[in-house]
Amino acid sequence: MKILVCISKTADTTAKIAFTPDQKSFLETGVQFIINPYDEWYALVRAVELKEQYPDTVLHLITVGGADAEPILRKALAIGGDAAFRVDLQPISIEQVALSIAAHVKQEGYDLIFTGKETIDYNGSGVGGYLAGLLDWPFVSLATRFDYNGQTATVEREIEGGREICEASLPLVVSCQKGMAEQRIPNMRGIMAARTKPLQVLAAPPEAQQPAISIDHFALPPKKSGVHLIEPGNEEELVRLLHEEAKVI
Amino acid sequence: MAIFVFADQHQGTFKKAALETLFYASQLASSRQQEVVAVVMGEINQPRALADLGKYGARRVLHVDAAWLNDFDARLYALVLKEMLNQYAADRCLMPHDFNGRALAPYLAAQWQAGLLTGIVSLPDDKDCYQKQVFSGKATAWIKLQTERQVLTLLPNTFTPQPGDSQAQVERWQPTQVSAQQKRIQLKEVQTTQGRVPLTEASIIVSGGRGLKGPENWGMIEQLAEVLGAATACSRPVADAGWRPHHEHVGQTGLTVRPNLYIAIGISGAIQHLAGVNGSKYIVVINKDPEAPFFQAADYGIVGDAFEVVPRLIEAIKKYKGIS
Ligand SMILES: Cc1cc2nc3c(=O)[nH]c(=O)nc-3n(C[C@H](O)[C@H](O)[C@H](O)COP(=O)(O)OP(=O)(O)OC[C@H]3O[C@@H](n4cnc5c(N)ncnc54)[C@H](O)[C@@H]3O)c2cc1C
Ligand SMILES: Nc1ncnc2c1ncn2[C@@H]1O[C@H](COP(=O)(O)O)[C@@H](O)[C@H]1O
Repeated sequence: MKILVCISKTADTTAKIAFTPDQKSFLETGVQFIINPYDEWYALVRAVELKEQYPDTVLHLITVGGADAEPILRKALAIGGDAAFRVDLQPISIEQVALSIAAHVKQEGYDLIFTGKETIDYNGSGVGGYLAGLLDWPFVSLATRFDYNGQTATVEREIEGGREICEASLPLVVSCQKGMAEQRIPNMRGIMAARTKPLQVLAAPPEAQQPAISIDHFALPPKKSGVHLIEPGNEEELVRLLHEEAKVI
Repeated sequence: MAIFVFADQHQGTFKKAALETLFYASQLASSRQQEVVAVVMGEINQPRALADLGKYGARRVLHVDAAWLNDFDARLYALVLKEMLNQYAADRCLMPHDFNGRALAPYLAAQWQAGLLTGIVSLPDDKDCYQKQVFSGKATAWIKLQTERQVLTLLPNTFTPQPGDSQAQVERWQPTQVSAQQKRIQLKEVQTTQGRVPLTEASIIVSGGRGLKGPENWGMIEQLAEVLGAATACSRPVADAGWRPHHEHVGQTGLTVRPNLYIAIGISGAIQHLAGVNGSKYIVVINKDPEAPFFQAADYGIVGDAFEVVPRLIEAIKKYKGIS
């Protein structure tokens, strides 16, 4: 089996969000970048587990980004994977990422592709589905469990107020979230091994060059006007405010 | 030209987010003198429900009445939608940014060669830009789609429908290029988690954190939720410790929720927790520590011991609602 895991670089969850004075771009100074948590904890770790279960599995990682994404890719390789690819493009949209990855998939051939549920910066939740659509493969989104018996994949996915369990054959694209696996901390051996694993840079395909969207500007949400504190013992006042002022009950 | 909306249903009951999207589409359409077409997949056991989509703004309903479409499958649904959109020479298709919409919209956009914008929270402005939350709700981006064909997903609980009394014209529609043979995913089992309201659809959520000390203390949380008709949620350590089921975990790594009212009890308000709840319209925080960061994101707060405040709050709500 040949597995591809899509790895994206995002600002750390606790990063201070600020924009350039013209409000056009995200201010990266002083921001620490991490592997998108869903990609690292769930997609990658589950793929590494599958490789442990089926040792002849080939596991590749891919990111679409500039050279500054390579440390992230190396860190991912320290958790697992045989080789990594970086498509040299700074994407701003979902389809640019998906088109770049699809071109590589068509060239290299895979049986199974894992993405994260969403990137925590753009929150698109779209790359997995778009990629599956380009490849015309079945797609299971927001998976909380994935098992493979050598023939059939059993996938559990979240739905409103419950979950669905379905079966699919490969090839398959799955977007992963909590439940798929437990976070792993890379060990020293993994970190050393990652330094020498192949990392190949690919040119972005022409169809991925032009984004379908343009970002006009960003803004921070208006500051809350401050909390209205109610004395303990005066809960009836809170109920009144929720009814009369906020009108939510 | 019409605006198409995927109206997701389960056994004849339309998802709340689907009705919101129809309503949103009707707002979008009225400024452009367009009409709204609702697309319904799979068999329906309450045919009335179809025409009733008119109340939410659908002028027409195209019903793909086929048993092989009863279970959601992103690929099959996208192929059917693509055929339909092509046949009607449509240029715009909307759906909710919910579990199914997040799978179907990108799949459709790829197949139909449309631009994709997910998780929008506004109507387009005069520059044709839509607002979308980015950085897990910590900022907003104004984004414009450059393509003629567009697939858009709307964040749930952003628009509140005001149902009218129109009825939609219902038609059956059958695909000719897609069939049951193309099905590659088989649904085996559906497990519904018990609870009053699914978290993602709840308009009120009562949420508990580590400050509640242990699972045995959730009785009052359940009771508060009960009197409010709310759903229950929790912080991540609470789910990790097994005090509450995992599907209740909200935040960066759990569910993102946008209720009208979020009541946080014994939760400190870590940035990762806020990321999942900061879209709530109103936030109430009950915490014994006046320095808890959650108070900065709150609209109303009570600094006090949850074990004293919550029972009194339950009584106050019962009194207000006239429940004895
Ligand atoms: C990458 C990453 C992702 C994460 N994702 C999430 C996520 O998705 N969701 C999430 O929730 N967390 C997440 N976390 C964890 C997060 O950082 C916090 O650790 C967590 O939210 C804290 O949970 P808590 O508020 O319940 O507990 P605590 O931080 O321990 O807070 C308990 C609160 O209860 C109050 N309290 C104590 N006793 C009482 C009482 N008797 N009455 C009233 N108040 C009382 C205390 O004053 C305190 O404020 C994530 C962390 C990381 C690093
Ligand atoms: N630039 C990228 N390079 C590689 N994979 C990506 C990239 N952006 C997003 N992905 C993958 O797609 C998933 C969903 O991203 P998004 O649709 O942007 O929310 C992420 O969790 C990643 O697995």
